[in-house]
Amino acid sequence: MPLYSEKVMEHFLHPRNVGIIEDADAVGEVGNMKCGDIMKMYLKIDDNVISDVKFETFGCASAIASSSMATELIKGKPVEDAMKLTNQAVAEALDGLPDYKMHCSVLAQEAIEAAINDYKEKNPEKFPITY
Amino acid sequence: MRIYADNAATTRMSDTAISVMLDCMKNIYGNPSNQFYSVGQAAKDKLEECRAQIAAVINAEPREIIFTSGGSEADNQAILSAAEYGRRRGKTHIISTAFEHHAVLHTLKKLEKSGFTITLLPVHENGVVDVCELVAAMRDDTCLVTVMTVNNEIGTIQPIAEIGAVCRERGVFFHTDAVQAVGHLPIDVKAMQTDMLSASAHKFHGPKGVGFLYVKKGAPVYPLIEGGAQERGKRAGTENIPGIAAMTAALQESVDNMDSVKARLTPIRDHIIKGLSGIPHSALNGDPVSRVCGNVNFSFEGIEGESLLILLDQKGICASSGSACTSGSLDPSHVLLAIGREHGVAHGSLRLSLGDDATMEEADHIVDSVKEIVAHLRSFSPVWRDLQTGKREYIL
Repeated sequence: MPLYSEKVMEHFLHPRNVGIIEDADAVGEVGNMKCGDIMKMYLKIDDNVISDVKFETFGCASAIASSSMATELIKGKPVEDAMKLTNQAVAEALDGLPDYKMHCSVLAQEAIEAAINDYKEKNPEKFPITY
Repeated sequence: MRIYADNAATTRMSDTAISVMLDCMKNIYGNPSNQFYSVGQAAKDKLEECRAQIAAVINAEPREIIFTSGGSEADNQAILSAAEYGRRRGKTHIISTAFEHHAVLHTLKKLEKSGFTITLLPVHENGVVDVCELVAAMRDDTCLVTVMTVNNEIGTIQPIAEIGAVCRERGVFFHTDAVQAVGHLPIDVKAMQTDMLSASAHKFHGPKGVGFLYVKKGAPVYPLIEGGAQERGKRAGTENIPGIAAMTAALQESVDNMDSVKARLTPIRDHIIKGLSGIPHSALNGDPVSRVCGNVNFSFEGIEGESLLILLDQKGICASSGSACTSGSLDPSHVLLAIGREHGVAHGSLRLSLGDDATMEEADHIVDSVKEIVAHLRSFSPVWRDLQTGKREYIL
């Protein structure tokens, strides 16, 4: 049995939304060199909708596939929806990941969270504190 | 085109070894311990013939060869035996190196937990032990020195004869894990002055699950597996005659072809090293000269090894990496860390271990493929972008 599902291989060999957005509204970077995975997400947000997303990843095949899938799952979605994206949803969309590779899907979720947090910090007026 | 370039992991069995194994399985099925009938005698004869042949190849006596299930068992038995012998005499210090195989390192870790003191010598940037540092590390209570003959990841050859001489002079037992050397380099246990040596058949075109331990007459050896009196009471269990016979045939063949393989592979290896050196911000791991003829180990900055391996497989090339992702652990190769490579660079490593039949055309295909894949992976690596924009400093 191959290590990865066909979906993982497909996204690894032909990653979607690769690259950077020069005038991104938000950028999130997670991971570290020591563990060998770094993911960076660039978001373009219009009217609280993610109109464009790009990624760069240093990491293994499942990290690259997870980034690619995560961008597909949030593209065109409201920011609120993207914030709710779970790592399980990323892994499921890839038809599963080996147990010891699940952290790659966590990284993808965290990269999106980091980018959205960056957006919130830059645009506090759009996220009024509610009590 | 499929290029198998992971021969340090395992090799394809030679046709000779396969036919010897099949013949043995069909015809020499007796138990060598039952010599009261001809079927058993034939098995015993085959076993002793193999023992004598292997002994001759490494310049040992037949009674100094113990057949095992492979290199890991041989390493465990050698180290645990010398340690036990030392402990009985109040000697509980062992010297080894930071880049040994885990069969050695994990055995030493176990001994450390039971009261031994372990000194792991540095292996420096070139991946070679400094004998002066070994001498300096020796103590009155040193009972064993264990240093591998050839490193399994970077292929560097250690000064085994010098280490052996130093140990012999001081009356300290010396074991060498020669799993990557036997069948590839000339082995003479007398010239190397080694007391114990481990070997594994599947690294030289023999079958998996069989190997041997050389133990010099007079050196301590205790059984790991208790049971019958096989292997002169040092290793219980009915002998794996088909495996042992195939190992013997494979070893003889490897030794017979050693010089011609070395003459052919060395320029192919150097051609690959030269080609990969053309990739910016890359570096060869391990000494360029003191290394086995089939090993190339490179680090490429800004990429991760597992991605490289999977893309190489798409191009028909089987290789391996010291990346954490390929080992199932979080840390990259302890060998690359031991020679001073930083984590990020160690993750982006590639080991090619050439087969005896490798060709220059294959070497070109490997170099072209690696160049293309490294460029592709760097094109969307945030680490590479940071390096290029000056946000991060190049290491290589």
